[in-house]
Amino acid sequence: MGKIYGWTGKILKIDLNSGTYSIISPDKNIYIKYIGGRGLGLYYMLSSAHLHWQNPEMPLMFMTGPLTGTESPSSGIISITTMSPLTGTIGDATAGGKFATELKKAGWDGIIITGKAPELSIITIENSNVKIYSALHLKGKSTKETLALTNNGGSKAVIGPAAENGVLFSTIDFDNEDTAGRNGTGLVMADKNLKCIHVTGTKEVPVKDPEELKKAKEDILRLASASPVLMGELGIAEYGTGTFYDLISSRRMMPTYNFRSTFFPGTEKLNAYTYKQKYNPIKSGCSGCHILCKRTDSLNRAIPEYEAMSHFTALTGNRDIETVMEANRICSEAGMDTTSAASTIACYMEINGIPPGKVEILKLLNDITSSTGEGELLKSGSRKYAALKGRPELSMSVKGLEIPAYDPRGAYGMALAYATSTRGACHLRAFPLSHEILRKPVATDRFTFSGKARIIKIAEDLNAAIDSITACRFIFFAATMEEYAKALIAVTGINFTGQDFLLSGERTCYTERIINYTKGFTSTDDDLPERFFTEAGTSGEGIEIPPISRKDFLEARTRYYKIRGLAPEGSPTKEKIKELKIEWNL
Amino acid sequence: MESLIIKYSNKLVSQKLCNPEDPLFGGIDDTIIWNRESRDIPVLEEVIASLNINTILYSPVKEPYKSIINYLAENSTINNTISPDDTETRTFLHDIPVSHVFNSDSIIEALNKRKGLIIKDKGIITCGTVSPEQAFVTFSSICFSCFVKFMTDFYYHKTGVIKLPGNPEKIAANAVSIYEKFISGIKDQPLITGPFQSSDDTIAAIIEAGLLTVKSGMVDSFFGNVSAKFKDIIFISQTGSSLDELAGTIDPCPVDNSTSNAITSSSEFSAHKSIYRLSRAATILHGHPRFSVIISMLCDDMNCANRGLCHINCSKERFMQDIPIVPGEVGTGEKGIATTLPPALKGRGAIVYGHGLFTTGTKDFKEAFFNLLDIEKKAFIEYRERTGLL
Repeated sequence: MGKIYGWTGKILKIDLNSGTYSIISPDKNIYIKYIGGRGLGLYYMLSSAHLHWQNPEMPLMFMTGPLTGTESPSSGIISITTMSPLTGTIGDATAGGKFATELKKAGWDGIIITGKAPELSIITIENSNVKIYSALHLKGKSTKETLALTNNGGSKAVIGPAAENGVLFSTIDFDNEDTAGRNGTGLVMADKNLKCIHVTGTKEVPVKDPEELKKAKEDILRLASASPVLMGELGIAEYGTGTFYDLISSRRMMPTYNFRSTFFPGTEKLNAYTYKQKYNPIKSGCSGCHILCKRTDSLNRAIPEYEAMSHFTALTGNRDIETVMEANRICSEAGMDTTSAASTIACYMEINGIPPGKVEILKLLNDITSSTGEGELLKSGSRKYAALKGRPELSMSVKGLEIPAYDPRGAYGMALAYATSTRGACHLRAFPLSHEILRKPVATDRFTFSGKARIIKIAEDLNAAIDSITACRFIFFAATMEEYAKALIAVTGINFTGQDFLLSGERTCYTERIINYTKGFTSTDDDLPERFFTEAGTSGEGIEIPPISRKDFLEARTRYYKIRGLAPEGSPTKEKIKELKIEWNL
Repeated sequence: MESLIIKYSNKLVSQKLCNPEDPLFGGIDDTIIWNRESRDIPVLEEVIASLNINTILYSPVKEPYKSIINYLAENSTINNTISPDDTETRTFLHDIPVSHVFNSDSIIEALNKRKGLIIKDKGIITCGTVSPEQAFVTFSSICFSCFVKFMTDFYYHKTGVIKLPGNPEKIAANAVSIYEKFISGIKDQPLITGPFQSSDDTIAAIIEAGLLTVKSGMVDSFFGNVSAKFKDIIFISQTGSSLDELAGTIDPCPVDNSTSNAITSSSEFSAHKSIYRLSRAATILHGHPRFSVIISMLCDDMNCANRGLCHINCSKERFMQDIPIVPGEVGTGEKGIATTLPPALKGRGAIVYGHGLFTTGTKDFKEAFFNLLDIEKKAFIEYRERTGLL
């Protein structure tokens, strides 16, 4: 390959069976076609689509993007791709922090890990120097302890005891700064006997045109400054994602009591302002990001993200803010997803008739972590737990992934997006929150499916592209692909357009559809729990929250399939695969 | 989708950007719908098929925009783009592509990179990915930005700084004549009097003020924000809300930030809040009246070290009569309006360079509205005097 900019041109492939590694040098056209991050991970996933997640040959991939390690703002996300133990779908997650930047500066666009180490292990990568050590001394250690017991410097991806004990919604923690939260990727790492990946990089990422990159950066930062959601005094830069707590409550779409209602009275005493008053948070954020959306208290405990704030209060009926802080800490140190953990507890409460607020959240979280007591069953998530108890309808999940803290009865684009998401109920795949609630780029009517099928399809493509560039989702509250195309052209010297990104994103989404199809997923799985079609939410203050019209939902889904180029039952078609130039024979 | 297409087609007409029969609006979910028949549809459907968009708008524009845009398109010699310097363009549009032909390839090429383009001698094409509103907003922005650029360039032409080709005098004179007719015809004023007695009164007054501001023709519906303070709560229009449709889009923001459900409030919320803190203001109106914006961009100090960076670095104390003109980017930060504007707005109003006009009232919106109209009229007169277009 000739001189390339932005990418390093090298992917590190590690075989834990043999303890050896090799270097993959992708063709430049693969980079152009799949860009990086989620897209590039998908490309290397296709040949393993038929494997079970526990098959040692199942890859666990960590991918960076072409902007990672450059001056491009908010471009340091790491993308993880594998198969999900929780849902059985394609499994992917993203995380901020500095891991992606260190990996890129070590000279790698990504890591592909296959095989299973003979014993619990740690991989160290110092630029081109790759080693594998025993990590038996770290067995059972929390993420925090593991970070403390390994060498300083660089960045570390670690799992906690939850993954080692088989929790299906285990996470991968990055320096206790951020987590790859959803889909149970931590359990795949545990299954490979891998406790930690420690990366240190000291190289510069080559940029084709630094002056143009500086201009693109100015454009992006100008838009960020103009965004009240990002940089306003009530925005994410001030309160973190916790700022959504009041907003979602006021829109009467806060999932309450396992989604039995949509309004939780008294949120003004549990909101981001209260955390700020009580814990005097210290700001932090990802490498190369000026938004600084993370918060910690004086004990170095993370201030919860919005999803944890909401699900550990409204969903379970808890009103003690310190319980939320501790629940969040336990999940972080155990290495498990707060959304799935809280939702599984809420499901357990409803099935067992436990009144709201009358459950020992912290004890249950510890039980799940150690797989003891009730935790033995709850560690498999709400879908398996509810099915085991003969009440499958009480798992508030899609494809087995628990629904985040935005009730779909309050935003119909979100309802469709949860259903069509390739990794299960995910608010980030199409992120309709942006236009249905936050009014960006413009406001849409949140109580209609009209026009939403195409909006969701385009947004899924856009966000797949963002995940491939490995930019932060939040910056797109302000900037658009126009500005990031300029940054990418400056970094790589390749004449990308915004629409090129969308095409790449479309290819990514369709490839995910193909992989899920090989696993047996059809339109039956692109659906919401029955509750949302039969039970009303909590109306009030002039806002009506009726049940979602099943007929309207199904019609919108049919339109989505048509726009996405899928067959009526949601399966991929030869024509579309050919059109998108995906390397797959149906 | 159909109702939105009709709504924004009508807005293009009511805001005097297009003739009633002209807007051609297409919206797409799984099938394409059009607001009318046209022989241009096949080309636009080729564009739709090639792009991930859900709305496309194509329309000729009315005078004075028609002559101005055609003039700028004719003379867009650098990469076939027009590059206005106002805040709207710098922040959101970046530049405006020009195509000399109406065919799908050239339209796709432009929309691959930007939200809209000008087809020389024909009109403007814009698109959206979420709603017809996006196409409408971009269309309106292009008209506004081109107007500001042409009239600003014309001033520098008249003062000998640059040499415009052709006959810009005729176009500028026509634009001034049209503007004169409607600004002198503005008679309405807000009826709700203050001090406001309740939250409901406050909200009703904001809705009325927003509607009148747009109805007057001084500002376009999408651009601007309105607020009023009642007790310890600032009621402010939401980000991206249309000033003529504020019902249901006004956020109550406690001054102590004790709830953050107003995260959807205007990007200028911090500026409004500081103005209330530093002045006697009870109401604030902010819009982008054209000649206030244009006047703010006229500076005769050609040797100034900050030339080209006036919008953020201007260090002079500038005024239009009694009205201060300050630099500032949209939003917060050291060079944001939230920092630069409030200390300057001690009187009845202030203009932010290339951006817009903020006015205040000490009791209700009557005063703020009068100030908005009066300052814009003064800006208009001053422009005419400085260019000789009397």
